[in-house]
Amino acid sequence: MIKQLLQALEATPWGTAVRENTWLFPTIESIHVLSLVTVVGSIMIVDLRLLNLASRQRSVKDLTDDVLPWTWTAFVSAAITGTLLFSSSAVRYSGIWQFEVKMCLLVLAAINMGIFHLGVFRSVAQWNEAPARPPLAARVAGGVSLIIWVIIVALGRWVGFE
Amino acid sequence: MMHEFTRWLAATSLSEHIQDIFWVIPTVQIVHIVSIAVVMTSMAMLDLRLVGVAGRRQSLTDMAHRFLPWVWTAVVVLLCSGSILIIGEPARDLLNKMFWLKMSLLAAALVLTWTFQHMLHRNSLFWDRNRAAAIVLGVVSLAMWVGIIGAGRWIAYVEHG
Repeated sequence: MIKQLLQALEATPWGTAVRENTWLFPTIESIHVLSLVTVVGSIMIVDLRLLNLASRQRSVKDLTDDVLPWTWTAFVSAAITGTLLFSSSAVRYSGIWQFEVKMCLLVLAAINMGIFHLGVFRSVAQWNEAPARPPLAARVAGGVSLIIWVIIVALGRWVGFE
Repeated sequence: MMHEFTRWLAATSLSEHIQDIFWVIPTVQIVHIVSIAVVMTSMAMLDLRLVGVAGRRQSLTDMAHRFLPWVWTAVVVLLCSGSILIIGEPARDLLNKMFWLKMSLLAAALVLTWTFQHMLHRNSLFWDRNRAAAIVLGVVSLAMWVGIIGAGRWIAYVEHG
């Protein structure tokens, strides 16, 4: 059932095109890299602020208002280009453990983000400005996010060597 | 000459060590790409601020103070990790047109970044008063960093030799 779905994905016009065209894969991959470094780099800016390690003079709310729209734009681009790359050899990629773990970690990153936004971030006004230090829950969310995203990048690069 | 140098470099014991230990190149590439994320987003924040589409609530001096130390630190990490990758696979990079395109863009981008920092240091309102220059600098710089990343990925797909 899943195998058939993956094969159907490979047979789509875009899956076929990315697989068979010599310059399409590297071009989409370059856009994927550009998008993912923007996603990860901008998330790092937020995480380091939550950990009280950077941008301490900047209010957390101002910082997230500035940064997160770029994160989301880049994430949409990374997801689209990632889907296109995956479609070119869906059966093969889905069998690589680094790819599977990467997808699980993306889900974990989303859960971590959800807990943060629905939880401690709602009281951001109380710990927004220096010299207040973000509360433990915010620091944990930032630290967990930082670690998860670096591992996601590592696994993504690793997939290319398999 | 570059061919000779490449052959010599590939035959050094350091290069052979890097080639022999299977995890060195992937691991260094991961360090390299995480550092690229740091440089790219830091430069994007500064360039977009120069253009006037991000971070307008903060002064350029404050933005530069926040982000430039990360840029220069990550550039040093990139030069070190990049050097290890070159020593490990000299022909892949040194005989590759894409690699030299990337290096040219990098040199130009670093000169632009230094110019940005230098003018700002001399006069904190320089870029706010010269809006046209600020916009051109922001757009050109951002385009160059995008080009550096694109060319970097394409190194793997261009025939070398």
